[in-house]
Amino acid sequence: MLFGYEWDLSSPLAFAISILPILLTGMLVTIQATVLGFLVALVLGLVWAVLKGAPSRFIAWPAKVVTEFIRDTPLLVQLFFLYYVLPEYGIVLPAFMTGALALGIQYSAYTSEVYRAGLEAVGSDQREAARALNLSSARTFTHIIVPQAVPRIVPAMGNYLVSIMKDVPVLSVVTVLEMLNVAKIVGDRTFDYLVPLSMVGALYLIMTLVASTGVRLLDTWLPKQGIPLK
Amino acid sequence: MHWTEYLPPLMEGAWVTIQLTVYSTVLGAALAFAAGIGKLSSNWLIKAVSVAYIEVFRGTSLLVQLFWLYFALPIAGMAIGIDLRLPPVAAGVLALSLNIGAYGAEVVRGAIQSVHQDQHEAARALNFTPRQTLWNITIPQAIPEMMPSFGNLAVQNLKDTALVSLISLGDLAFRAEQIRNYTQDSTTIYSMLLVTYFGMALVLTAIMRSLEAYVGRWRTARS
Repeated sequence: MLFGYEWDLSSPLAFAISILPILLTGMLVTIQATVLGFLVALVLGLVWAVLKGAPSRFIAWPAKVVTEFIRDTPLLVQLFFLYYVLPEYGIVLPAFMTGALALGIQYSAYTSEVYRAGLEAVGSDQREAARALNLSSARTFTHIIVPQAVPRIVPAMGNYLVSIMKDVPVLSVVTVLEMLNVAKIVGDRTFDYLVPLSMVGALYLIMTLVASTGVRLLDTWLPKQGIPLK
Repeated sequence: MHWTEYLPPLMEGAWVTIQLTVYSTVLGAALAFAAGIGKLSSNWLIKAVSVAYIEVFRGTSLLVQLFWLYFALPIAGMAIGIDLRLPPVAAGVLALSLNIGAYGAEVVRGAIQSVHQDQHEAARALNFTPRQTLWNITIPQAIPEMMPSFGNLAVQNLKDTALVSLISLGDLAFRAEQIRNYTQDSTTIYSMLLVTYFGMALVLTAIMRSLEAYVGRWRTARS
Protein backbone atom coordinates (compact mmCIF):
# COMPACT_ATOMS: atom_id res chain seq x y z
CA MET A 1 0.00 0.00 0.00
CA LEU A 2 1.24 3.46 -0.87
CA PHE A 3 -0.52 6.83 -0.44
CA GLY A 4 -3.59 4.87 0.72
CA TYR A 5 -3.94 2.87 -2.51
CA GLU A 6 -3.76 -0.95 -2.42
CA TRP A 7 -2.28 -2.88 -5.33
CA ASP A 8 -3.81 -5.90 -6.96
CA LEU A 9 -1.23 -8.49 -8.02
CA SER A 10 -3.72 -10.96 -9.55
CA SER A 11 -2.71 -10.12 -13.13
CA PRO A 12 -0.33 -7.62 -14.81
CA LEU A 13 -3.28 -5.62 -16.13
CA ALA A 14 -5.02 -5.47 -12.74
CA PHE A 15 -1.67 -4.50 -11.18
CA ALA A 16 -1.19 -1.73 -13.74
CA ILE A 17 -4.68 -0.33 -13.15
CA SER A 18 -4.36 -0.54 -9.37
CA ILE A 19 -1.06 1.39 -9.25
CA LEU A 20 -2.10 4.07 -11.75
CA PRO A 21 -3.42 6.43 -9.04
CA ILE A 22 -0.15 6.00 -7.12
CA LEU A 23 1.90 6.91 -10.20
CA LEU A 24 -0.37 9.86 -10.94
CA THR A 25 0.30 11.16 -7.42
CA GLY A 26 4.00 10.99 -8.32
CA MET A 27 3.33 12.63 -11.67
CA LEU A 28 1.83 15.62 -9.89
CA VAL A 29 5.11 16.09 -8.00
CA THR A 30 7.02 15.72 -11.29
CA ILE A 31 4.92 18.46 -12.87
CA GLN A 32 5.32 20.73 -9.83
CA ALA A 33 9.10 20.29 -9.85
CA THR A 34 9.17 20.93 -13.61
CA VAL A 35 7.20 24.16 -13.33
CA LEU A 36 9.15 25.46 -10.33
CA GLY A 37 12.51 24.53 -11.87
CA PHE A 38 11.48 26.18 -15.14
CA LEU A 39 10.54 29.41 -13.36
CA VAL A 40 13.92 29.49 -11.59
CA ALA A 41 15.65 28.83 -14.93
CA LEU A 42 13.72 31.64 -16.63
CA VAL A 43 14.56 34.22 -13.96
CA LEU A 44 18.15 33.16 -13.28
CA GLY A 45 18.84 32.75 -17.01
CA LEU A 46 17.76 36.34 -17.58
CA VAL A 47 20.13 37.46 -14.82
CA TRP A 48 23.03 35.58 -16.47
CA ALA A 49 22.11 36.99 -19.89
CA VAL A 50 22.15 40.56 -18.56
CA LEU A 51 25.45 40.01 -16.73
CA LYS A 52 27.07 38.36 -19.77
CA GLY A 53 26.00 41.29 -21.92
CA ALA A 54 27.33 43.85 -19.43
CA PRO A 55 29.64 46.48 -20.94
CA SER A 56 32.25 45.90 -18.22
CA ARG A 57 34.55 42.96 -18.85
CA PHE A 58 34.89 42.41 -15.10
CA ILE A 59 31.21 41.50 -14.91
CA ALA A 60 30.75 39.77 -18.26
CA TRP A 61 33.75 37.47 -18.03
CA PRO A 62 33.01 35.91 -14.59
CA ALA A 63 29.39 35.43 -15.66
CA LYS A 64 30.56 33.52 -18.74
CA VAL A 65 32.86 31.32 -16.65
CA VAL A 66 30.13 30.56 -14.12
CA THR A 67 27.53 29.63 -16.75
CA GLU A 68 30.10 27.48 -18.58
CA PHE A 69 30.86 25.72 -15.30
CA ILE A 70 27.18 25.12 -14.60
CA ARG A 71 26.62 23.85 -18.13
CA ASP A 72 29.57 21.42 -18.04
CA THR A 73 28.88 19.72 -14.70
CA PRO A 74 26.22 17.04 -14.14
CA LEU A 75 22.86 17.91 -12.61
CA LEU A 76 23.24 14.97 -10.21
CA VAL A 77 26.46 16.38 -8.75
CA GLN A 78 25.04 19.89 -8.50
CA LEU A 79 22.04 18.45 -6.71
CA PHE A 80 24.24 16.55 -4.24
CA PHE A 81 26.28 19.70 -3.71
CA LEU A 82 23.21 21.80 -2.89
CA TYR A 83 21.62 19.08 -0.78
CA TYR A 84 24.64 18.26 1.40
CA VAL A 85 26.70 21.46 1.35
CA LEU A 86 24.06 24.18 1.84
CA PRO A 87 22.98 22.80 5.27
CA GLU A 88 26.61 23.07 6.44
CA TYR A 89 26.25 26.82 5.95
CA GLY A 90 22.90 26.96 7.74
CA ILE A 91 20.66 26.92 4.67
CA VAL A 92 18.26 24.03 5.17
CA LEU A 93 15.75 23.58 2.35
CA PRO A 94 13.24 20.74 1.88
CA ALA A 95 14.39 18.12 -0.64
CA PHE A 96 11.77 19.23 -3.18
CA MET A 97 12.93 22.86 -3.02
CA THR A 98 16.59 21.86 -3.31
CA GLY A 99 15.72 19.72 -6.32
CA ALA A 100 13.76 22.45 -8.09
CA LEU A 101 16.59 24.89 -7.35
CA ALA A 102 19.18 22.50 -8.82
CA LEU A 103 17.07 22.03 -11.96
CA GLY A 104 16.65 25.78 -12.27
CA ILE A 105 20.36 26.47 -11.82
CA GLN A 106 21.41 23.81 -14.33
CA TYR A 107 18.99 25.06 -16.98
CA SER A 108 19.65 28.75 -16.33
CA ALA A 109 22.96 28.27 -18.15
CA TYR A 110 21.00 27.11 -21.20
CA THR A 111 18.20 29.68 -20.99
CA SER A 112 20.70 32.55 -20.72
CA GLU A 113 21.95 31.60 -24.19
CA VAL A 114 18.37 31.56 -25.49
CA TYR A 115 17.78 35.10 -24.22
CA ARG A 116 21.07 36.28 -25.69
CA ALA A 117 20.44 34.68 -29.08
CA GLY A 118 16.87 35.98 -29.15
CA LEU A 119 17.89 39.56 -28.39
CA GLU A 120 20.79 39.48 -30.85
CA ALA A 121 18.57 38.09 -33.60
CA VAL A 122 16.72 41.43 -33.72
CA GLY A 123 18.70 43.23 -36.42
CA SER A 124 20.76 46.33 -35.71
CA ASP A 125 18.76 48.14 -38.43
CA GLN A 126 15.81 47.98 -36.03
CA ARG A 127 17.83 49.80 -33.38
CA GLU A 128 19.01 52.34 -35.92
CA ALA A 129 15.47 52.94 -37.14
CA ALA A 130 14.32 53.41 -33.55
CA ARG A 131 17.09 55.91 -32.97
CA ALA A 132 16.20 57.74 -36.19
CA LEU A 133 12.63 58.00 -34.90
CA ASN A 134 14.05 59.51 -31.71
CA LEU A 135 12.83 56.75 -29.36
CA SER A 136 14.53 56.59 -25.98
CA SER A 137 16.66 53.49 -25.36
CA ALA A 138 14.19 52.22 -22.74
CA ARG A 139 11.32 52.57 -25.19
CA THR A 140 13.38 50.94 -27.96
CA PHE A 141 13.95 47.95 -25.69
CA THR A 142 10.37 47.49 -24.50
CA HIS A 143 8.56 48.40 -27.75
CA ILE A 144 10.97 47.35 -30.50
CA ILE A 145 13.41 44.71 -29.25
CA VAL A 146 11.35 42.65 -26.79
CA PRO A 147 8.24 42.22 -28.98
CA GLN A 148 10.41 40.87 -31.80
CA ALA A 149 12.62 38.74 -29.58
CA VAL A 150 9.76 36.94 -27.81
CA PRO A 151 8.64 34.81 -30.79
CA ARG A 152 12.24 33.63 -31.20
CA ILE A 153 12.71 32.90 -27.50
CA VAL A 154 9.48 31.06 -26.72
CA PRO A 155 9.95 27.86 -28.81
CA ALA A 156 13.49 27.31 -27.49
CA MET A 157 12.29 27.84 -23.93
CA GLY A 158 9.52 25.32 -24.54
CA ASN A 159 12.11 22.73 -25.56
CA TYR A 160 13.99 23.31 -22.31
CA LEU A 161 10.74 22.91 -20.37
CA VAL A 162 10.45 19.42 -21.87
CA SER A 163 14.12 18.73 -21.05
CA ILE A 164 13.59 19.80 -17.44
CA MET A 165 10.63 17.43 -17.22
CA LYS A 166 12.87 14.57 -18.35
CA ASP A 167 15.51 15.46 -15.75
CA VAL A 168 13.10 15.49 -12.78
CA PRO A 169 13.67 11.76 -12.01
CA VAL A 170 17.20 12.69 -10.91
CA LEU A 171 15.55 14.34 -7.90
CA SER A 172 14.60 10.88 -6.64
CA VAL A 173 18.16 10.54 -5.24
CA VAL A 174 17.38 13.16 -2.60
CA THR A 175 14.14 11.41 -1.61
CA VAL A 176 11.74 13.51 -3.69
CA LEU A 177 8.70 11.31 -4.33
CA GLU A 178 8.36 12.01 -8.06
CA MET A 179 7.00 9.48 -10.52
CA LEU A 180 10.10 7.30 -10.98
CA ASN A 181 10.82 7.14 -7.26
CA VAL A 182 7.21 6.11 -6.56
CA ALA A 183 7.42 3.39 -9.25
CA LYS A 184 10.71 2.18 -7.75
CA ILE A 185 9.12 1.93 -4.30
CA VAL A 186 6.20 -0.05 -5.73
CA GLY A 187 8.76 -2.32 -7.42
CA ASP A 188 10.77 -2.72 -4.22
CA ARG A 189 7.67 -3.83 -2.31
CA THR A 190 6.08 -6.11 -4.92
CA PHE A 191 9.29 -7.44 -6.58
CA ASP A 192 7.72 -6.52 -9.90
CA TYR A 193 9.63 -3.68 -11.54
CA LEU A 194 8.47 -4.41 -15.07
CA VAL A 195 4.92 -3.06 -14.82
CA PRO A 196 5.57 0.12 -12.79
CA LEU A 197 8.72 1.13 -14.69
CA SER A 198 7.12 0.46 -18.07
CA MET A 199 4.12 2.56 -17.00
CA VAL A 200 6.44 5.40 -16.01
CA GLY A 201 8.01 5.19 -19.47
CA ALA A 202 4.59 5.31 -21.14
CA LEU A 203 3.38 8.16 -18.93
CA TYR A 204 6.56 10.08 -19.74
CA LEU A 205 5.95 9.61 -23.46
CA ILE A 206 2.44 11.02 -23.02
CA MET A 207 3.71 13.96 -20.95
CA THR A 208 6.46 14.94 -23.38
CA LEU A 209 4.11 14.46 -26.34
CA VAL A 210 1.52 16.77 -24.77
CA ALA A 211 4.16 19.32 -23.77
CA SER A 212 5.90 19.40 -27.15
CA THR A 213 2.56 19.63 -28.97
CA GLY A 214 1.71 22.58 -26.72
CA VAL A 215 5.03 24.23 -27.56
CA ARG A 216 4.45 23.70 -31.28
CA LEU A 217 0.93 25.16 -31.08
CA LEU A 218 2.28 28.15 -29.17
CA ASP A 219 4.94 28.58 -31.84
CA THR A 220 2.40 28.63 -34.69
CA TRP A 221 0.08 30.88 -32.72
CA LEU A 222 2.75 33.49 -31.98
CA PRO A 223 2.99 36.06 -34.79
CA LYS A 224 6.43 35.79 -36.41
CA GLN A 225 6.76 39.54 -36.88
CA GLY A 226 6.52 40.25 -33.17
CA ILE A 227 3.94 40.90 -30.50
CA PRO A 228 2.35 44.32 -30.28
CA LEU A 229 2.33 45.36 -26.65
CA LYS A 230 -0.87 47.39 -26.93
CA MET B 1 41.74 12.72 6.05
CA HIS B 2 43.50 15.33 3.96
CA TRP B 3 41.89 16.18 0.65
CA THR B 4 44.85 14.77 -1.32
CA GLU B 5 43.96 11.34 0.05
CA TYR B 6 40.65 11.52 -1.83
CA LEU B 7 42.48 11.79 -5.14
CA PRO B 8 43.43 8.11 -5.81
CA PRO B 9 39.87 6.73 -5.45
CA LEU B 10 38.46 9.72 -7.36
CA MET B 11 40.92 9.16 -10.20
CA GLU B 12 39.91 5.49 -10.30
CA GLY B 13 36.30 6.61 -10.66
CA ALA B 14 37.26 9.20 -13.27
CA TRP B 15 38.83 6.45 -15.37
CA VAL B 16 35.56 4.49 -15.26
CA THR B 17 33.67 7.65 -16.26
CA ILE B 18 36.05 8.23 -19.19
CA GLN B 19 35.61 4.65 -20.39
CA LEU B 20 31.83 4.89 -20.10
CA THR B 21 31.83 8.18 -22.03
CA VAL B 22 34.01 6.81 -24.82
CA TYR B 23 32.11 3.55 -25.25
CA SER B 24 28.66 5.10 -25.11
CA THR B 25 29.58 8.01 -27.38
CA VAL B 26 31.02 5.69 -30.03
CA LEU B 27 28.09 3.25 -29.79
CA GLY B 28 25.67 6.20 -29.68
CA ALA B 29 27.20 7.67 -32.85
CA ALA B 30 26.72 4.33 -34.63
CA LEU B 31 23.07 4.22 -33.50
CA ALA B 32 22.63 7.86 -34.53
CA PHE B 33 23.80 7.13 -38.07
CA ALA B 34 21.68 3.97 -38.30
CA ALA B 35 18.49 5.65 -37.06
CA GLY B 36 19.14 9.00 -38.77
CA ILE B 37 19.63 7.36 -42.16
CA GLY B 38 16.83 4.89 -41.38
CA LYS B 39 14.38 7.73 -40.81
CA LEU B 40 15.05 8.94 -44.37
CA SER B 41 14.70 5.44 -45.82
CA SER B 42 12.06 4.76 -48.47
CA ASN B 43 11.44 1.34 -46.89
CA TRP B 44 8.46 1.89 -44.56
CA LEU B 45 9.53 -0.79 -42.06
CA ILE B 46 13.04 0.64 -41.55
CA LYS B 47 11.52 4.11 -41.33
CA ALA B 48 8.92 3.06 -38.76
CA VAL B 49 11.51 1.30 -36.58
CA SER B 50 13.83 4.33 -36.71
CA VAL B 51 11.04 6.80 -35.90
CA ALA B 52 9.76 4.63 -33.04
CA TYR B 53 13.26 4.30 -31.59
CA ILE B 54 13.94 8.04 -31.80
CA GLU B 55 10.59 9.05 -30.33
CA VAL B 56 10.68 6.55 -27.44
CA PHE B 57 14.21 7.41 -26.34
CA ARG B 58 13.83 11.15 -26.83
CA GLY B 59 10.42 11.16 -25.20
CA THR B 60 11.34 9.45 -21.94
CA SER B 61 13.82 10.25 -19.23
CA LEU B 62 17.32 8.74 -19.31
CA LEU B 63 17.03 7.64 -15.69
CA VAL B 64 13.76 5.83 -16.49
CA GLN B 65 15.50 4.07 -19.40
CA LEU B 66 18.43 3.12 -17.18
CA PHE B 67 16.22 1.75 -14.42
CA TRP B 68 14.06 -0.06 -16.95
CA LEU B 69 17.08 -1.83 -18.47
CA TYR B 70 18.54 -2.66 -15.07
CA PHE B 71 15.47 -3.53 -12.98
CA ALA B 72 12.60 -4.28 -15.37
CA LEU B 73 14.32 -6.05 -18.27
CA PRO B 74 15.39 -9.10 -16.17
CA ILE B 75 11.74 -9.58 -15.13
CA ALA B 76 10.59 -9.31 -18.75
CA GLY B 77 13.24 -11.89 -19.61
CA MET B 78 12.08 -14.19 -16.83
CA ALA B 79 8.52 -14.07 -18.21
CA ILE B 80 9.69 -15.32 -21.62
CA GLY B 81 12.32 -17.67 -20.17
CA ILE B 82 15.50 -15.82 -21.21
CA ASP B 83 18.14 -14.57 -18.78
CA LEU B 84 18.29 -10.85 -19.51
CA ARG B 85 20.09 -9.79 -16.34
CA LEU B 86 22.59 -7.17 -17.41
CA PRO B 87 25.70 -6.30 -15.39
CA PRO B 88 25.64 -2.60 -14.35
CA VAL B 89 28.32 -1.70 -16.94
CA ALA B 90 26.30 -3.18 -19.81
CA ALA B 91 23.05 -1.58 -18.63
CA GLY B 92 24.81 1.77 -18.20
CA VAL B 93 26.55 1.81 -21.58
CA LEU B 94 23.41 0.54 -23.32
CA ALA B 95 21.11 3.14 -21.73
CA LEU B 96 23.54 6.00 -22.36
CA SER B 97 24.20 5.08 -25.98
CA LEU B 98 20.54 4.39 -26.80
CA ASN B 99 19.64 7.78 -25.31
CA ILE B 100 22.39 9.81 -26.98
CA GLY B 101 21.90 7.85 -30.22
CA ALA B 102 18.28 9.00 -30.43
CA TYR B 103 19.28 12.64 -30.03
CA GLY B 104 22.16 12.15 -32.48
CA ALA B 105 19.82 10.58 -35.04
CA GLU B 106 17.94 13.85 -35.42
CA VAL B 107 21.27 15.64 -35.92
CA VAL B 108 22.30 13.14 -38.61
CA ARG B 109 18.94 13.43 -40.34
CA GLY B 110 19.06 17.23 -40.30
CA ALA B 111 22.62 17.31 -41.63
CA ILE B 112 21.84 14.88 -44.44
CA GLN B 113 18.79 16.88 -45.44
CA SER B 114 20.83 20.08 -45.42
CA VAL B 115 23.02 18.80 -48.28
CA HIS B 116 21.99 20.74 -51.35
CA GLN B 117 19.55 19.18 -53.83
CA ASP B 118 21.95 20.01 -56.71
CA GLN B 119 24.35 17.42 -55.32
CA HIS B 120 21.71 14.69 -55.63
CA GLU B 121 20.87 15.76 -59.17
CA ALA B 122 24.52 15.83 -60.16
CA ALA B 123 25.05 12.37 -58.66
CA ARG B 124 22.07 11.06 -60.59
CA ALA B 125 23.33 12.67 -63.79
CA LEU B 126 26.64 10.87 -63.25
CA ASN B 127 24.69 7.61 -62.91
CA PHE B 128 25.51 6.99 -59.23
CA THR B 129 23.36 4.39 -57.48
CA PRO B 130 21.38 5.67 -54.44
CA ARG B 131 23.81 3.81 -52.19
CA GLN B 132 26.84 5.45 -53.82
CA THR B 133 25.14 8.84 -53.62
CA LEU B 134 24.50 8.39 -49.90
CA TRP B 135 27.97 7.17 -48.92
CA ASN B 136 30.16 9.05 -51.40
CA ILE B 137 28.27 12.30 -51.93
CA THR B 138 25.81 13.06 -49.14
CA ILE B 139 27.42 11.75 -45.97
CA PRO B 140 30.93 13.18 -46.52
CA GLN B 141 29.33 16.60 -46.91
CA ALA B 142 26.90 16.11 -44.02
CA ILE B 143 29.50 15.05 -41.42
CA PRO B 144 31.09 18.50 -40.94
CA GLU B 145 27.55 19.87 -40.44
CA MET B 146 26.94 17.37 -37.65
CA MET B 147 30.11 17.99 -35.72
CA PRO B 148 29.12 21.07 -33.62
CA SER B 149 25.96 19.30 -32.41
CA PHE B 150 27.88 16.07 -31.81
CA GLY B 151 30.32 18.05 -29.64
CA ASN B 152 27.43 19.26 -27.49
CA LEU B 153 25.98 15.76 -27.30
CA ALA B 154 29.34 14.30 -26.23
CA VAL B 155 29.51 16.74 -23.30
CA GLN B 156 25.86 15.96 -22.52
CA ASN B 157 26.80 12.27 -22.50
CA LEU B 158 29.74 12.85 -20.17
CA LYS B 159 27.40 14.61 -17.73
CA ASP B 160 24.82 11.86 -18.05
CA THR B 161 27.33 9.17 -17.07
CA ALA B 162 26.99 10.44 -13.48
CA LEU B 163 23.54 8.80 -13.41
CA VAL B 164 24.99 5.29 -13.71
CA SER B 165 26.28 5.66 -10.14
CA LEU B 166 22.63 5.06 -9.17
CA ILE B 167 22.84 1.45 -10.39
CA SER B 168 25.96 0.94 -8.25
CA LEU B 169 28.53 1.34 -11.01
CA GLY B 170 31.81 2.62 -9.55
CA ASP B 171 32.19 5.78 -11.60
CA LEU B 172 33.42 9.19 -10.44
CA ALA B 173 30.15 10.23 -8.79
CA PHE B 174 29.84 6.84 -7.07
CA ARG B 175 33.38 7.02 -5.62
CA ALA B 176 32.73 10.53 -4.35
CA GLU B 177 29.51 9.39 -2.71
CA GLN B 178 31.40 6.53 -1.01
CA ILE B 179 34.06 8.89 0.34
CA ARG B 180 31.38 11.27 1.55
CA ASN B 181 29.58 8.53 3.42
CA TYR B 182 32.86 7.64 5.10
CA THR B 183 34.21 11.11 5.93
CA GLN B 184 31.10 13.39 5.89
CA ASP B 185 33.38 16.01 4.31
CA SER B 186 30.71 17.10 1.78
CA THR B 187 32.02 20.53 0.78
CA THR B 188 35.52 19.37 -0.18
CA ILE B 189 34.44 16.23 -1.99
CA TYR B 190 31.62 17.72 -4.02
CA SER B 191 33.77 20.73 -4.94
CA MET B 192 36.49 18.37 -6.17
CA LEU B 193 33.86 16.36 -8.02
CA LEU B 194 32.44 19.42 -9.78
CA VAL B 195 35.92 20.62 -10.77
CA THR B 196 36.88 17.17 -12.10
CA TYR B 197 33.76 16.95 -14.27
CA PHE B 198 34.36 20.49 -15.50
CA GLY B 199 37.96 19.65 -16.41
CA MET B 200 36.91 16.50 -18.25
CA ALA B 201 34.23 18.46 -20.14
CA LEU B 202 36.79 21.08 -21.20
CA VAL B 203 39.15 18.38 -22.49
CA LEU B 204 36.28 16.65 -24.30
CA THR B 205 35.20 19.94 -25.88
CA ALA B 206 38.77 20.54 -27.08
CA ILE B 207 38.93 17.02 -28.57
CA MET B 208 35.60 17.48 -30.36
CA ARG B 209 36.76 20.87 -31.71
CA SER B 210 39.90 19.39 -33.23
CA LEU B 211 37.85 16.50 -34.62
CA GLU B 212 35.51 19.08 -36.14
CA ALA B 213 38.45 20.88 -37.75
CA TYR B 214 39.80 17.53 -38.98
CA VAL B 215 36.62 16.34 -40.72
CA GLY B 216 35.95 19.79 -42.14
CA ARG B 217 39.46 20.44 -43.43
CA TRP B 218 38.51 19.98 -47.11
CA ARG B 219 36.06 22.87 -46.81
CA THR B 220 38.69 25.48 -45.95
CA ALA B 221 41.05 23.95 -48.51
CA ARG B 222 38.50 24.54 -51.23
CA SER B 223 37.37 28.06 -50.51
